Amino acid sequence: MTPKTVLTLTGLSKRFGPVIANDDVSLTLHKGEVLALLGENGAGKTTLMNMLFGHYLPDAGRVEVADAQGILQPLPLGHPQAALAAGIGMVHQHFALAENINALDNITLGSEPLLALRRNRAAARARIEGIIARSGLQAPLDVPVGQLSVGERQRVEILKALYRDARILVLDEPTAVLTPQEADTLFSNIRAMVADGLSVIFISHKLREVLAFSDRIAVLRHGKKVGEMATTEADEAKIARMMVGADTPKVARDQIAAGAPVLSLTNVAVKGRSERESLEDVSLTVNAREIVGIAGISGNGQSGLARVIAGLTTPDAGTVAVDGAAIENPTPARMVEAGVGRIPEDRHHEGIVGAMSVAENMVIERLDDPDIQSLGLLRREAISENAARLATAYDVRGPGVGAPARLLSGGNIQKLILARVFERSPRLILANQPTRGLDMGAAAAVGQRLLEARARGAGIVLISEDLDEILGLADRIFVIRDGQLTQAPTTEREQIGLMMAGVAA
Amino acid sequence: MIRIEPRAATSKTFSIGVPVLSALIALGFAAIPLMAAGANPITAYGEMFKGVFGSVFSITEMLTRATPLIFTGLAAALAFRAKLWNIGGEGQLYLGAMAAVAIGSGVLDISGVLLVPIIILLGAAAGAAGMAAPTYLKIRFGADEVVTTLLLNFIILIFVQMMLEGPLQDPMGLGWPQSAPVLDQGMLPPLMDRMRVHSGLILAVVLAVIAQFMLARSVWGFKLRAVGENAAAARHAGINVKRSLYGVAIISGGLAGLAGVSEVAGLKGYLTADLSPGFGYTGIVVAMLAGLSPIGVVIAALFIASVFVGADGMSRAMGVSSFLADLVVSVSLLCVLVGGFIAKYRIVRSEKAGSAT
Repeated sequence: MTPKTVLTLTGLSKRFGPVIANDDVSLTLHKGEVLALLGENGAGKTTLMNMLFGHYLPDAGRVEVADAQGILQPLPLGHPQAALAAGIGMVHQHFALAENINALDNITLGSEPLLALRRNRAAARARIEGIIARSGLQAPLDVPVGQLSVGERQRVEILKALYRDARILVLDEPTAVLTPQEADTLFSNIRAMVADGLSVIFISHKLREVLAFSDRIAVLRHGKKVGEMATTEADEAKIARMMVGADTPKVARDQIAAGAPVLSLTNVAVKGRSERESLEDVSLTVNAREIVGIAGISGNGQSGLARVIAGLTTPDAGTVAVDGAAIENPTPARMVEAGVGRIPEDRHHEGIVGAMSVAENMVIERLDDPDIQSLGLLRREAISENAARLATAYDVRGPGVGAPARLLSGGNIQKLILARVFERSPRLILANQPTRGLDMGAAAAVGQRLLEARARGAGIVLISEDLDEILGLADRIFVIRDGQLTQAPTTEREQIGLMMAGVAA
Repeated sequence: MIRIEPRAATSKTFSIGVPVLSALIALGFAAIPLMAAGANPITAYGEMFKGVFGSVFSITEMLTRATPLIFTGLAAALAFRAKLWNIGGEGQLYLGAMAAVAIGSGVLDISGVLLVPIIILLGAAAGAAGMAAPTYLKIRFGADEVVTTLLLNFIILIFVQMMLEGPLQDPMGLGWPQSAPVLDQGMLPPLMDRMRVHSGLILAVVLAVIAQFMLARSVWGFKLRAVGENAAAARHAGINVKRSLYGVAIISGGLAGLAGVSEVAGLKGYLTADLSPGFGYTGIVVAMLAGLSPIGVVIAALFIASVFVGADGMSRAMGVSSFLADLVVSVSLLCVLVGGFIAKYRIVRSEKAGSAT
């Protein structure tokens, strides 16, 4: 029996300004199949699914969905209601549930007629219980959703989609928030639902679960589909290679002998609010004139490491020393004073105050500096001279240094931050995802600046999910996984890819 | 399909034009009930204008009315700049007034050169404490300051009533719930003979100028703006966000406390539980009309005071209700809020999406 096609995506493309999020992606989904969509962060997985679901309007391409009779019909794009009506359900990484009402009401919310005089809760309950019985998605229906565990909330989300007669279910990194046991339960539920005729697209970057639970695998990289295969034909090494690519690094780099240590983390442990922020017994030494690359799949403790070096988190155990001097109770101000320059991961949220001027954002880290203020009053001429000089030196383009910083483009915001950081000749630079979302030109400029700082004598911690970037810039590479750092013995791309996936050491 | 998207930049024309236009629209709307009451709006507004600017006395009355509004408006504007939502201006005003009569009605019988500054400082300190406490609860426990400061207003007012029938009650007051009067040398000097306008106005305007200057030119103001606009970036940049919040809480509460000092020691002379007809709340309106600019607060306070005083005059001359003043003030606030939205966003009409199918 040939599998029946329930969904085809043809040539979908989407650009956000200069960034190409998806480039001519085509996919096919069969009835009763689990298709895994794999790729690094920023590879375009979520954008693709958001186009399918109508949140984004593609620049090019079309989508066809099978109707109840199994005949493919074109889906009007850009309309979530149309996607819902066509039987597509999406469960986002961040749940869209009202926490103060119970699961039953959350599930029925929005699928009831607006003007109905009376809600038929008994009928709704019977239907939901039927779905639970068939799928095995156990969730208490009468408790406010705020009291449920993450796994239960996720099941409520899936029930919500099934209640709306979803025939195609899209799960965006469903296991990212689950414990391994919860994840196993989820997979067995998915199996039951698929046997019931549902088709599932499953976004993930965890190789192991993808191999264990999917029927087919499609790999995205830099917005393009780079491979597709039946899971039975796939193995870890093959997929890891596809995910990280095989391009040669572009940036030319001289060999320089490293100097004395500028950053020493000794047995640092952080118990964060989430996995993203937790660290376990991390020791790391970064020397002058060296770039240390931290590779890893997102959410494995990169944020925690960055927050410690930036001074935003005080470690629960271990010591942090900059230039040989231990920093007690680190704060952002103390780290800056010790000579640490920080390029934050989220440049809009943490990097700049968008409503304040470019000039003000350029001095925000040095408000104690007598060049910037005297007796508590800002030296406005000095601030605008400084800004004009930095804008020229670092090629920050925009409507002028007096304009609000939020008017700058992403690349120019990053240049503003680079100017602020490099101008102080920091001993240590923390560059957290410094090129994420930047176009090629801006990204190359960032790499060049990092190499210049290294030549000048700075030590650099480069945290990136882009393995190309790390391979191109770093002198030494560590892999972060589950909050633990391991030095990579080689610069072999495939080997590092496997370490990132936790397959081999 | 109609979409709303943010504008790239908010122009200067908007930030000045919106409040002015809002005030005019509000006066236009208020003409409707005026006509319904059988009055000719043009005559009525003429009387209103005369009620404010018709005589030196009426002008001084308007300035007297504006004085506490400048203080409470500044209190709200500065706190709101840091996104610290101080809705407790009313309570802090009463705390300041209570401190003023507690110290000024005879406990310290010293020369006015000393007594006046002491009354001012203690009144400001009492108001500051009234805002520092909810700010501590916000920082330490995450308690929403909108709720805590708002509810504190009622607690403080009842506390004032208790004190006025207890320790602070005037022994010569024939049992009325009012405090003993502030000593003559403790009163803020009047600005003109036989007029009620007093030197609290000078203090308010000077503080507004200082606030404007500090906000734009000082490191303190820089930090305050950074914390208000993006606390995460401010913290990342090494600004002590908590210290900035405590600092602005103390200044905001202190300014509201000064409104109480100025009413007691500048105007009434003694404290009663109806000292303020809601100056604390009106201060929020003043701050919003002013776009949270301290100099704007002075102008907005003068406008609102003019509307209130003018409406009284109109009411006497035309026999229409002076509640019209509330209507004008409320509608202009609504217009400013809508205008602020229009200044920040633009409405885009786009053809129907989904043409890519």
